[in-house]
Amino acid sequence: MSRTFALTNANLVCPVAGTSTGAVLVRGETIAASGNIKIPKDAEVIDCKGAMLAPAIVDLGVFTIDIPACHAGGIVRVGLMPDQTPVLDEPGVVQRAALIGRPGLWIHPIAAATRGLAGKDLTEMAINRDAGARAVGTGERWIADSGVMRKVLAYAGDLGLTVVAHPEDGGIVGSAVATSGETATRMGLPSAPAIAEALAIARDLMLAEETGAKLHLRQVTTAAGFDLVRAAKRRGVAVTCGITPAHLLLSDIAMSDFRTFTHLSPALRDESDRQAALRALADGTIDVLCSGHDPRGPEEKRLPFADSAPGMAGAETLLALSLGMVRDELITIERLIALLSLNPATVLGLETGTLAAGMPADLMLFDAEAPWLIDTDHMVAIAGNTPFDGLPVQGKVRRLFKGGASLL
Amino acid sequence: MSASDHRPASQFAGSAVFPHRHLTGIDGLQPHEIMFLLDESEQWIDSNRSRDKGHKQLRGLTQINAFFENSTRTLLSFEIAGKRLRADVVNMHAAQSSVKKGETLIDTAMTLNAMRADVIVIRHQSSGAVRLIADKVDCPVLNAGDGQHEHPTQALLDALTIRRRRGSVAGQRVVICGDILHSRVARSNILALTALAAEVRVCAPSTLMPAGMERMGVTPFTDFDQALDGADVVMMLRLQNERMSGAFIPSNREFHLRYGLTLARLARAKPDVLVMHPGPMNRGVEIDSAVADHVVHSAITEQVEMGVAVRMACLDVLTRRARRVKGWS
Repeated sequence: MSRTFALTNANLVCPVAGTSTGAVLVRGETIAASGNIKIPKDAEVIDCKGAMLAPAIVDLGVFTIDIPACHAGGIVRVGLMPDQTPVLDEPGVVQRAALIGRPGLWIHPIAAATRGLAGKDLTEMAINRDAGARAVGTGERWIADSGVMRKVLAYAGDLGLTVVAHPEDGGIVGSAVATSGETATRMGLPSAPAIAEALAIARDLMLAEETGAKLHLRQVTTAAGFDLVRAAKRRGVAVTCGITPAHLLLSDIAMSDFRTFTHLSPALRDESDRQAALRALADGTIDVLCSGHDPRGPEEKRLPFADSAPGMAGAETLLALSLGMVRDELITIERLIALLSLNPATVLGLETGTLAAGMPADLMLFDAEAPWLIDTDHMVAIAGNTPFDGLPVQGKVRRLFKGGASLL
Repeated sequence: MSASDHRPASQFAGSAVFPHRHLTGIDGLQPHEIMFLLDESEQWIDSNRSRDKGHKQLRGLTQINAFFENSTRTLLSFEIAGKRLRADVVNMHAAQSSVKKGETLIDTAMTLNAMRADVIVIRHQSSGAVRLIADKVDCPVLNAGDGQHEHPTQALLDALTIRRRRGSVAGQRVVICGDILHSRVARSNILALTALAAEVRVCAPSTLMPAGMERMGVTPFTDFDQALDGADVVMMLRLQNERMSGAFIPSNREFHLRYGLTLARLARAKPDVLVMHPGPMNRGVEIDSAVADHVVHSAITEQVEMGVAVRMACLDVLTRRARRVKGWS
């Protein structure tokens, strides 16, 4: 029997309809109506007491299926990176990954664009799509062979699949763990110049433009990279790009004490690039805010910096850290929800991310002002390796619904 | 600015002159703290030269030299320093350690800690590894070189050598030439020498020059002849081939042509220029034998001698709290 309920007395935040006070009526798995609506007598009423109600987060580009961390962060769908064991390059593993989190968390696999992510042979993209893949990607790696990358874009374009690329020239990056600059020099860490990103972006943009394919640059983090994306968008190239709160809020100075929680990929950039990222967020160049969720235990992090694995646990801090940018008036709350929900859904070709009638009832109710302290020892994630340990933040998810079912 | 502009170490009483628990790097040390360590080192030089080496400062203490990366010179220097102070010195080589069996660095640190070492000297191939261990043990930790990060006792012995030969570090024009990118010696020396008011020039091909050097208070050069102009001290570094992946220079022959220190090239420096090298040297690559063995200019063997004195001073100073030396408890 399908359940009908109404979330009333809410501050509705929809990236399309804007912000208003009102209610959302849910019938079964979908939104039946929203806004200033009449609540049917048969509906169960949940009083939101003025809290914000928005489409739940679609987190594009996570590395680990971590249901508790996702739910704590308001995430009900994730675009899973192909860098899994085994690599998501076969229909069997793609299909299994797509089903693994249901019903509470929907996994949308990003299948490997090349077999084993080796950058040589194309995978069976059409078959993988039929098995549940919503995009194809290069994973954490760069496809060095431009001929292969061109084929990936052209073939994925035929299928209407977006190519999710890691834009860093691997030849320049090599085994670097930091961005070249004063901090890396003082710390004596293997480093690579930030231009490695712009070089890769320039190539991939030219290939995307030539093939007409949809390209999503999972993380753009440098001023030169944003300039290239901005110019390409003006030319009409089908490109989108994302970033994590870490690259918006931290510069490479955060690495100074050799704390491996700041070992990320791409490496943290200098302050001028961080400022460029904030400008790109404000002017609309950045399309997606993602967590880059990649929890790593002490076996991989309690090591000398260069020997440690890159990655951070980001799912449960994504909303709170992002809300800080609304508070700082860098972006509006509607734009934030577009960055977190609608835009990543669009990249993956999903019909969700707004409060419109007919959309899946994937909803998060959150208190934007609720204060809490990020504490690595008390995170629900598989591991608590956040570079924001000890940071006071505001914004807590109170209720979470996936297809009308209550998760929190 | 001269060294006398720095606050003299003599103005501080007891442990206030050097409040640090460990010596993980030159980074974070005040100029007067560096000067204090140099002053403390001076007293060991004469005694090392005499037959009577009856010092007992570290008697009954256990010094573990944990060397995760191969070293002969530095290990020997620390071993001699510890033994001259009557410490029980134990050397742990990487080849003998459980690290080879997969033990993590932190596990190794916990093991060393459980063995109740009184001072641990560490060399490791990864930058920051010494600091990681220092956070996990109860006793003082001395950095004997971590990756491309720091080698503080080398910088101290270099500063001591310069001070003794030139009278002061302040105002000296020091040229550091060679593989700056991969050199922990260069980093520690830059920090120490600039703190002591020397003018530091670094010289390397762009492929071996780290980014942001100007912001460390030094002047970068790619032309060695220009860098040498009016130099008081020339410090040569070897190519760290073991830390390189791929080619950073076309050949040793070409490197020698552009950056090798020859007598002819040395003539561009001051007539009484001091030549230094942390060793081991690649003769005919970064330095000619005629320069390395020059009886007037070369201070290379003197650096080795200063190394023992500096390490004795560091071991002595860092263990004073544990030994309840008056004013240090």
